[in-house]
Parts: sequence; structure tokens; C-alpha cells
Amino acid sequence: MTPNPLWRRYSRMLGPDPAADVRDELSFHLQARIDDLVAQGWSPESARHEAERQFGDLRAVQQFGVRIAEKMERRKRLHDYWTDCFQDVRYTFRTLRRDPGFAAISILILTLAIGANIAVFSVVNTLLLRPLPFPDSRQLVWIAPPPTGCGLSCATYSADAYEEFREQSRVYQGVTGYMAFTTPDNMRLTGRGEPEPATSFEVIGDFFQVLGVQPLMGRLFTQDESRGPHPIAVLSNAYWRRQFASDPAIVGKAVELNGTPVSIVGVLPDSFDFGAVFSPGARVDLFTPLDLNLERDWGNIVTLVGRLKPGVSVAQALDDVNRVAPNMYFNTKYPQTLGRYKGDLIPRPLKDYVTGKLRRSLIALWCAVGAILLIAGVNLSNLLLARAVARAKEFAVRGALGASRGRIVRQLLMESLVLSSGGAALGLGLALMLIAWLAHQGSVALPLLSSLRIDGQALGWTVLVAVFTATIFGLLPGLRIASGNLQEMLKDSGPGAGLGRKHERVRAVLVIFEVALACVLLVSAGLLLRSFVKVLEVDLGFQPERAASIKVDYDDSAPSQEASQAKRGEIFQQIIARVSALPGVEAAGMSDYLPLGANREWDTPVPQGRIFAPGELPDPLVYVITPGFIRALGLRMHGRDFTWADGPHSERVVLINASAARVYWPGEDAVGKILMRDKEEDHVVGVVDDVHEETVEGGTGSQIYYPAMQQGPSGAQLVIRTSLPPATLAESVLRALRELNPAQPAAEFRPIQTIVDRAVSPRRFFMLLVAAFAGLGLLLAALGIYGVISYSVTQQAQAIGIRMALGASVGHVQRQVLAGTLRLAFAGMVLGTLVALAVARLISSLLFATSSWDLPTYLGMALALLLVAAISGYIPARRASGVNPMEVLRSN
Amino acid sequence: MDTARLEFFRGTLDVLILKAVVWGPLHGYAITNLLRRQSDDALLLEEGTLYPALWRLENKGLLDAEWGLSENNRKAKFYWLTPEGRRQLRQEVKTWEAYATAVAKVLGATQPPLPEEIG
Repeated sequence: MTPNPLWRRYSRMLGPDPAADVRDELSFHLQARIDDLVAQGWSPESARHEAERQFGDLRAVQQFGVRIAEKMERRKRLHDYWTDCFQDVRYTFRTLRRDPGFAAISILILTLAIGANIAVFSVVNTLLLRPLPFPDSRQLVWIAPPPTGCGLSCATYSADAYEEFREQSRVYQGVTGYMAFTTPDNMRLTGRGEPEPATSFEVIGDFFQVLGVQPLMGRLFTQDESRGPHPIAVLSNAYWRRQFASDPAIVGKAVELNGTPVSIVGVLPDSFDFGAVFSPGARVDLFTPLDLNLERDWGNIVTLVGRLKPGVSVAQALDDVNRVAPNMYFNTKYPQTLGRYKGDLIPRPLKDYVTGKLRRSLIALWCAVGAILLIAGVNLSNLLLARAVARAKEFAVRGALGASRGRIVRQLLMESLVLSSGGAALGLGLALMLIAWLAHQGSVALPLLSSLRIDGQALGWTVLVAVFTATIFGLLPGLRIASGNLQEMLKDSGPGAGLGRKHERVRAVLVIFEVALACVLLVSAGLLLRSFVKVLEVDLGFQPERAASIKVDYDDSAPSQEASQAKRGEIFQQIIARVSALPGVEAAGMSDYLPLGANREWDTPVPQGRIFAPGELPDPLVYVITPGFIRALGLRMHGRDFTWADGPHSERVVLINASAARVYWPGEDAVGKILMRDKEEDHVVGVVDDVHEETVEGGTGSQIYYPAMQQGPSGAQLVIRTSLPPATLAESVLRALRELNPAQPAAEFRPIQTIVDRAVSPRRFFMLLVAAFAGLGLLLAALGIYGVISYSVTQQAQAIGIRMALGASVGHVQRQVLAGTLRLAFAGMVLGTLVALAVARLISSLLFATSSWDLPTYLGMALALLLVAAISGYIPARRASGVNPMEVLRSN
Repeated sequence: MDTARLEFFRGTLDVLILKAVVWGPLHGYAITNLLRRQSDDALLLEEGTLYPALWRLENKGLLDAEWGLSENNRKAKFYWLTPEGRRQLRQEVKTWEAYATAVAKVLGATQPPLPEEIG
């Protein structure tokens, strides 16, 4: 065989043709056979027949041959493609190594942008996209009345109502609930050294079963165990690990809760975090069965969660509710309470309840981080473009040597892909750190934060983001280069060449785009920041600074209610006297509930001698307090505070807030008036200014304060006001409490400020993130401006040199460069402001007391941008004016 | 013998082709002739079946192929063994010999095996 005959080189000039090859091969065979046969003496005609006979089914063989040849051709092409790619990658690494500064800057920019994107995606995925961490979680519904002004008591149901609802409803696999009125550290774990505080939630027997939670060890409660007393408990996984050192034999052991032995029947799995779903930011240690019989006369106490039957929609559930609600009693002992829940049972997806109100914030956050990605992409596009111009000659040479334009574009894309992959890898690391940090932000009251993690979806998102970024920033320079005339480039790629100038225009447009995006981000962040400041400025009605609270344990058990009240009065007076005497304590007092936490209402007091239409009177939120509390929490009032003389046998007294006073006695002073509760006369002795009881941002409703010596408080929070930093008093206060009551657990000494901080933490969280992104956007925009100006100064060095040689002053040159910079920034700002106005309207629901036209925000944004633009223009301007005319002129 | 037409066992053709090109590159027609001559015309194959086998082997990477010029200056496709093909051939020959020996032993037996030797 003669290798590579000359004709072979041209035989397939127009690309491979497998069919022709097969035809050629087979016809060669037949021809050879015919020749041999003819040589043996056959006539040409019969030789042809014989050859074909010996060959067999020519057409079938040919078809098979074409098929297999095509397959091989495809494989070969794929192989070539990968070889080329591999070459591109190797070449890319070589190029990047030659320019480590460029590589480092680009990868840094990408790391920040991609890292932020992955982190935010994980948050969005966990809170919005992923279903709740329960099996078939779409079946779970939260059942609550529409929002009202009377707090938790109006958002819950009575024990009887729960049972009626459960029995009569037809669309649920199960309906369950938990005791809504639970405060942190409501239990005292004793019998194991010092008494320790613990938070326990009472749940209806089948609570975990309805949610679909399986115990890690032991068992769950049964439905029967929520009727009648059952001293049993199930531990949360975290508490089991922390308090019981993951004791594998804990099930069956007994612990002492509030002095009563309780036996542990099970441990919950790590995957179930009650707080993360139902009570963001709260720590829950253990669960006990809610005794419905005991709570039957206590009014609205349980929140309802249901699991719909498969295939039942929320709308169908609503229909079913409308059938059931009229047949439900508030309390079956009182027939007149039939139908009281009409219109008060609205099922909605549990997921919607848990994260629904964060939806807008999260989407805004997602957009912000997307804008960062765009800015980073545009920035890199700019950098690559500058490089591409500098490398024009290299590409021209490659083109002349036979590289197709496609190949050159692919090479540039490969470079951006390598850069963005590097950025994505590092960004993933950054995101992992961010996520780990976020997951442990217990003080941020956002649901599901603890279940944040980088999962397969987040990894998929990373790849998507990396490829997308690489495409947006790699394609433009690639296309610009490829569309240029290679010969032109080869001839002259020096400064002042036509191509360079054209590129500069593209780069200027990119910078304007970048500045506009940064502008939008800055305005959004500015508006959110202004809102946050406005929220902090809200008059809460109390003064959180320099005040702190601690949960106090006390024993007021006595044979009669009156004796109990008297005993409680004495204990409280003793505690407050003792604590007030501590150095640094300015005031001390107790209340069973604190603002911005859980709350409750009792009934509907009626002002004596006045007639109101039904439903006109509010159900005020009830606080049972001691003398001194008003001053300790820093409430403002007129009239008089309670005194220790307001005992069980003296006249019934009460304080009401300004909102309630306005309803009861409009235009009059409420002090001295009388409120009726059935037969009981409560004398209003003072009017307290409104306190934000539920949210910082929401309005306030009616509130009423009773003295702890005349009414039964549910627990006691001691509040002290101090002239010292609150934390310094923690130890002495606890010691004082222990001296009076050795059973006092080491409950958390909480500065009141932390309660407020927690309440505003979601807003702070989003504001900080958006502000961080805006800062990043500004930085990237500055980098973009600097890059363009600096590059154009380098390109025009010769022109500048000539102008200076002809007498232009340093100041003149500097001014000109700066003016160019500010022109870019200004154009970007005008564009950005227009977009920002539209965006601000979109996020207006996230703002608090801030108009989306807020002038200071826009002015601040403009100032910040101009300043940053001036700085990033000033550095190249200085360099330009430092040009030595003689040197520049000589060098070319 | 020359009238008896020996059917090829499945896979036998492959090993024969590999063996045929062990001495150097050959085109398909030459392979047909070589197989015929070396078996003293005992192995009759329908010539058309040779090509699918050749292409399969090429596709599997056991053969390599390139166009070249035949003895009488026609363009023909030549096949030769790749290192992988050479390994495969050695392996196949070994298997074939072991198989043939085993079959020969059974067919050449002159008496039934002793009873205790039956499993």
C-alpha cells in the first residue's frame, strides 16, 4: 500500500462522504473479482454475474456500511471537538498565566458576584421554592381567622371548637394544633443540680403524626393523651443533645419539670425544628401533651394545623369550613356560643403562612443579586474587550494562519468560561461560609433559616450562573473581534486605530449600563435604609434602652383564690423591693407578657353607663402587672400607677391605654371612670400611652392593665430599668431572686432592646443584604469607570503629550479627563434614575413611612455615584497630566 | 470436502479476519482470497458478509483503515491490525484452541466415562 496518495488529499475536499466511501470500496471488490474471472477465461458479461452472485446481497451490505460509517464519523467529529476544546483550555491557562493581574481581578469580581448569587438562591430556595420539610407538605394547611386587632386570642380557637371542627370536617386526614400562649423559658427543669429554664410547647396528641414527623427514639403522643393529665414529654433533638448529652437510653427516664416528675417517652429527629417553622427564632426544648379537658374553659388557646386528604384543594377546604363553622360552639356548655366562629376559619397552605409575607422581600433580594451579576458580567466584558483590543494582533495572526472566526469566538468564550468557573468554584466556597453564618443567626426571626444548606439545586444554579455569566461577558468581546476585519487589525492595531475607537464606544455604553444598574441598586438600598431608620424611630410607647427582663419563678399555690392573690402580692412585693435595692437599678416591676411577644385578651369590658352597638367595643389585650412596671419599661401615663395597697380586698383598679380610652370615653378623661366586666366594677386610675404590642411597624389597638394582686397573671417577667449597661446586672439580679426562691432557674437575662431588635431583624436582614449588594455594585461600577478612563488615557497618551507640548496646562488635561469620566457617570445616572423610579414603585410595599420618590435618597445616590466616579476618574487623570511630552513623542 | 459448506460459527469470521491481516495491510478483496486459499477452499463465505465484519472491527478499534492503491493501481481501502486488535487476536486464538481441544476430546472418545466420574 502506498500511504496517502496525492489524490487522496483532494478526494474529500468538501468534507467526508461515508456513503461514497462505502460505494467505492465495494465496487473495487467487484471489479477485482471480475478481473480475476476474466483472466480465468470468463466472458466479461458472465464474469460480472458470477462476481455479483459470489458477493451476495450488495444493497444490504451497502446500507449497513453507510450506517456504521456515519456512526464512526460522528464519533470522530466529537473526538476532534474535545481535542480542540482541550487545546483551548490549555491555551487559555497559558494566556491567563501571562496576565495574572487580570485573572485575579476577574476571578475576584466573579467570586463575589457568584457567591452572593448562590447564597441568595439558597435562601430563596429554602424559604420560597422548596416545600416545607414534611412529607407531602402541600397537604398541610394553617387554619386561622382573618387578621384582627386583638392579638393571639383572636387568632386561636377554644378546646371545644377544635373538637367540633375535627369531628365535623370531612376534608382532613387529621386536624391538630398546639397551645399558642407559650412564652420562652416557661418551664423549670429541676432535680439535676441547679434549676434550668426550658421552653416547652403543649401540643395536641396527634400533632407530630399529622405533620408526618417520625420519632428518632421512643414514641410520640396519642390522641387520647390530650384528654386528661399525662405527665409525659417528648424531647427536641437539640435539647436531647445539649441537655442530656445524647443519652441513648433517655426514653423511659423521668425528669422533673416545675417540680413534677415527667417521664420522657420519645426524642424527635434532627430534621424537625418546630421553631423554624412555627415560631421563627425561638428555641423549643420539649413538648408535652396539651390537656384539652383542663383548657376547656380557658377560651381561645389553640392554633390549628390540618392535613388535607389527597387531592383536596384549599378552595374545597374553605367550602367545607363554611358548612362546619355555623355548627361550632365556642363552649358547648353555653348554647348561645353556637356559630361564633362563622367566617373565622380560613384554611391556607401552611407554607404560605410560614413564608408568604417574606415573598416580596425575597424576590427583591433575588433581583438585587441578579443585578450584581449583571454588573459583574458587564465589568468583565469591559475588561475582556480592552484585552481583546490589545490582543487584536494575536487574533489577526491566528486568523491568518487558518483559525476560523468561530474558533476565535470559541477561544474567547473558553477564556470567560474558565474565569467564571474559577469564580464559581471560589464563589461556592464563599456561599458556603455565608450560608453557614446565616444558618446560625438565631437572632434573626426568619423561618427555616436553620435548614439552609447548599444542595443539589444550589449546585445546579451555580453551574447555570457560571455559564450564563461566561456567555454574557465572553460573547460580546468575541463577536466584536470576530466581526472586525482581520487584515485591518494585522496592519495596524496601534493606538488611534479605527477598531480601538469603535471598541471604546462599546465600552462607554457598557459603563453607562453598569452605572445605571448600580444606581438602581443604590436607590433601592437607600429607600430600604431610610425605611429601617424610620422603623427604628417609631415611638414604641416604651423605652427599650437600659431595660432588661428575666422570667421569674414563684409559687402562689394557696387553698383559695383570694389567699393565692394575697400570697402572690407578698412574693412580688418582696422580689421588687429586693431587686430595686440592687445598685444600679432605677426601677423594677413585673408583667406576665411583654410587648412584641405573645399576648392575650380576656373579655369585653363595657364603660359604665354607656351603650354601644354589638361589635363596637374592642377586646383589649390584657397585661397583668405590678406597681413599678410602668416606670421600669418606660411607659408614659397620666393618673396614678398601681400601688401595693391595691390588694385583693380593696377597690378593683385598672389602667387602660389611650386607644381604649378614646373608644370608651371619646373626648373625656378616662381617669376616675368605671369599666364593667359583668358585675365587677373596675376603676380606671390611669391612662397609659399606646404601646406597640405585636409589631413595630403595625398600628396599636386597645390595651388594659390589671394589678397582679387582684387578677391571675400567667407567669411573671421581671423588668428592671438601670443606669448601667443591663448585662452587668444579670448576675446580681439572679442571685437576689435565688435568695428569695432557691428554685429560680437560671433564666435568660434579656435586654429589652433585644426584643425590639428581634422584631425588626427581618427588615434589618434584608436591608443589610441589599445595602451590601449596592455597595458591591458601586465598587464594581467604579472599577468599570476606572478601567475605561484609564485605558483611554493610555491610548491617548501621545495626543495628550502633543497637547502638553503645545502648551496645555496640567490642570487643563486633568479637567478634560475628569469631564470625560463625569459625562459617563452622568449618563448612567440619568438612565439609572429613570429605572430606579420604576423599581422604587415596585418595592414600595417593602418600604415603611418612606415614599418611593424620597428625594434625600435620590440625592444621596447621586452624590455617592458622582464622588465615586470622580475618584475613579481622578487617578487616570493624574497619570495623564504626569505624561512627559518628550518621552511620549520619542517613543513612537 | 470441497462440496461441504462449512457454516461459520458466530464470531469465527472476526478472528479469521484479524488473523488475515496479521502479516500486513490488506484490502477486502485480498482478505477474501487469502481466507479461501489458506483453507484450501474449504471455508466458503458469501463475500458480502466480509465487509460488515470488517467495518465492525474498524468501529471497535481493532482494525485501522486507510485508502491506498491496489496492485493494479486502483484505489482500495486497506485494513491493518491496531495494537488492540493484535491483543484481541492472541486472546481469541487461545480461546479457540482450548475450545477445539475440548470438543476434539469428547468427539474422539472411544468409551463412555467411568460411572463414578459422572457428577
